[in-house]
Amino acid sequence: MPHDHHDHDHLSPSGHPYRKDQDHPLSYWQTMEIAVRELLVEKGVTSDAEIMAQIDRMDARSPADGARVVARAWTDPEFKARLLADASAASREMGFDIGALRLIAVENTAQVHNVIVCTLCSCYPRNLLGLPPDWYKQRAYRSRVVREPRKVLREFGLELPDDVTVRIHDSTADMRYIVLPRRPDGTEGMDEAALAALVTRDAMIGVGVARMPG
Amino acid sequence: MSEFDGHRWHDMGGREAGAIDLAQHDYALWEKRVDALMVLASEKGHFTVDGLRRALEDMGEQAFETMSYYERWIAAVNQNLLEAGVYTIEELGRRMEEVQARGATYGEAAEKRDA
Repeated sequence: MPHDHHDHDHLSPSGHPYRKDQDHPLSYWQTMEIAVRELLVEKGVTSDAEIMAQIDRMDARSPADGARVVARAWTDPEFKARLLADASAASREMGFDIGALRLIAVENTAQVHNVIVCTLCSCYPRNLLGLPPDWYKQRAYRSRVVREPRKVLREFGLELPDDVTVRIHDSTADMRYIVLPRRPDGTEGMDEAALAALVTRDAMIGVGVARMPG
Repeated sequence: MSEFDGHRWHDMGGREAGAIDLAQHDYALWEKRVDALMVLASEKGHFTVDGLRRALEDMGEQAFETMSYYERWIAAVNQNLLEAGVYTIEELGRRMEEVQARGATYGEAAEKRDA
């Protein structure tokens, strides 16, 4: 096996350096992870190589993927229409693997600001944005963003005018949202790649807005 | 004990809660492995994301407060795999003992058996 380890070379089976937690005392749940993983490999459910590949695939996902989709929507009105009609299909068009889940893009306008949450668990558009930030999974955000959204947004540094409607979208396991932020003023001449650099993770969750150019 | 208000513990929307903690941690290798096992085992049809959620919700609020995210996930993945009959609880118990005997750190214990 190309990735198989050699004793004490300080690389994980995926070929990456061990993180610091490798040296911490083994916990009960880590023991379970190792045992479950080995049993799954031995039973032929998966393989070490497949697990490595899945970790690499997940590591490769980041908000930069979602930012490319947003920038395309900002520059191509027909793509934007397709994105708002079916975000899964439009994202696949750009080569992103969206899996079985239904992805819905919600558009911010001068009148409406959208925010996403999963009040029941931690559902997140992980195939386009990578793994969620810790706060997205925690009680404070999940409980409060649907109760006092403007106050929560202020904690993220976002103050919205009173006449802007704030709309919170509660995700489920099979149906996940992504916010299409407003294109900032003063970006008229910019190309897609430059525009994508303005699109932050928080803007696509709705707890922020796209960066101003320059 | 308070009366049931129609929301199970995980149904958190609309409740009062404290300030949002914006601190971020990097995922450890073992956590990424748990994530990968969830995706792969469900892709192969051994359980669904609903099965994962059911196990997570049935763990109760105590687990949410005391265990980390991927600790809860491996517990839920394991429960679903046991229910699906992928391995038995005896096999799991034996393997966990073996893993524990390999060393005191994750790095040592994860270094496989096959010599």
